[in-house]
Amino acid sequence: MGIRVLKPGMLTTVQDLGRTGYQSQGFSVAGVMDVRSFKIANLLVDNPENEPVLEFTLIGPTLEFTSDTIIAITGGDFNPTINGEPAPMYTAIYMHKGDILKFGSAVTGSRGYISFSSYLKVPTVMGSRCTNMKSSIGGFKGRKLQADDYIMFRIKRRYLPFFLSRTLKPDEMDQEQVTLRVVMGPQDHMFTKQGIQTFLNSAYTVTNEFDRMGCRLDGPFIASKSGSDIISDGICFGSVQVPSHGKPIILLADRQTTGGYAKIATVASVDIPKLVQRKTDNKVRFKAITVYEAQKLLLDEMAEFDEMRKTIHRPCREVLECRLTAKRIRSLFE
Amino acid sequence: MQRPKILVAGDSSVLIEFGNEIRPETNRRIAATVQLIREQQIEGIVDMIPTYCALLINYDPRVILYDPLVKRLQSLLKIEVSAGEEKKRIYEIPVCYGGKYGPDMDIIAKHAGLTEEEVIRIHSSRDYLIYMLGFLPGFTYLGGLDERIHTPRLQTPRVRIEAGSVGIGGSQTGIYPLDSPGGWNLMGKTPVKTYDPDREVPILVEAGEYIRFVPVTEQEYLRIEEEVRNGTYQVTIHEEEA
Repeated sequence: MGIRVLKPGMLTTVQDLGRTGYQSQGFSVAGVMDVRSFKIANLLVDNPENEPVLEFTLIGPTLEFTSDTIIAITGGDFNPTINGEPAPMYTAIYMHKGDILKFGSAVTGSRGYISFSSYLKVPTVMGSRCTNMKSSIGGFKGRKLQADDYIMFRIKRRYLPFFLSRTLKPDEMDQEQVTLRVVMGPQDHMFTKQGIQTFLNSAYTVTNEFDRMGCRLDGPFIASKSGSDIISDGICFGSVQVPSHGKPIILLADRQTTGGYAKIATVASVDIPKLVQRKTDNKVRFKAITVYEAQKLLLDEMAEFDEMRKTIHRPCREVLECRLTAKRIRSLFE
Repeated sequence: MQRPKILVAGDSSVLIEFGNEIRPETNRRIAATVQLIREQQIEGIVDMIPTYCALLINYDPRVILYDPLVKRLQSLLKIEVSAGEEKKRIYEIPVCYGGKYGPDMDIIAKHAGLTEEEVIRIHSSRDYLIYMLGFLPGFTYLGGLDERIHTPRLQTPRVRIEAGSVGIGGSQTGIYPLDSPGGWNLMGKTPVKTYDPDREVPILVEAGEYIRFVPVTEQEYLRIEEEVRNGTYQVTIHEEEA
């Protein structure tokens, strides 16, 4: 009644929206890196918004299903196959007992997600089911998945209405260059005018120091007025720190709660998924927007999710035809 | 004290800056603000990170937008927290100093030019303000270590330090909340779990509270350790006028 891990891939963990409410005590939030792909994966199988999924990185896992369930695969394209046949992405898929779901390495993007209609059975620790690897809590035994791990399902849920309508257009993941919209601050005043111009007008390269904690970028030097050390303060998802070496570091899901470098800006929530799906040597640029614009974008995205929900809940043709048939037959019985 | 400034930190956080110096008054003010915000139960606030001089507030813009949040915070920040009513909350942490529990005690004593007894007396004779928690779950940034026992970090950090170890690293002292690598000089160990993921409240202490180290013998240490294991141990907490 669940999934068996045949191959774990590079870094596969159980994640949800993160463990909030404990940052004041030093707990990282953790949670998914790409919130958008996560939400779409859950949406496709009518899961609650914060239902845990599997997140995998650069090389995907191979999983054996030991019971029937419905899944959806979103995020980067890792060439998924089911029993050797190509599997669709951004689509609800009925998995049968014994099916083998296999992923290769990331063709587009760098992180993938699988949602399960039968819900992964991992304990809730401090309000969340996500894996915090540093503190070894949550998720599956507080760690990344290994071969032979066996995750059970919490419920039996093998039916979803409008099954054939449950498909969405995959998000674009392999643009040459992405522009990340940022809200300047809270410590942008510590940088020179020139430094801020450099930050907003240059292309930065994603280095290989890119993990769930953060992403180091390489590119033109961002000048500060008099150093960029501050008395340690709180960090949020998408904070852009610029230490004295003048290159930005963007802090992500597994970030430490506090840090001692000035933060020139914060990436807009809706654009963090674009960053976390980049690969080493990809380019990013920054564009300043106001906090109001950033919040508007976030609300627009919510509306977009509502639209997606409507799309997948539309009675499909096959169902309509059934009804038509039924209507015709009914007259015979009246 | 300067007026707190509310700064934008992206679309889902604001940073309130209370000053730019590490001072107990600033920290008290921040702890009081955290308390006040909790009491107000402002819908949409999902988390708070109090630090030395600032408070980061994470909120959900789907529930509350930037302008209304800032307005509410501004009115809260106008409320004067009268110092007279404040109580110091002090946690007694029993520590078995030296020996196998504190393998670097001789380094600390030698560096200070004091006897081990004097080091213990100095270390356990004052209450330490918890300025903030961070780095590891429940790791306390304590203020006010006596200058006489400041000791540079070990040149080669240990790969594994056991949870409960009490150490000195430069001008700081603290307790390791879980097994972790570290470069502090270990002076003793407490059987009290400052972090226990299976406890209803996993972290024992909060920023703004105080820690008082109380020397205990090995016999007492083992007795307390047993009680902690059985779940019968109660940490002694004092409430004193600030």
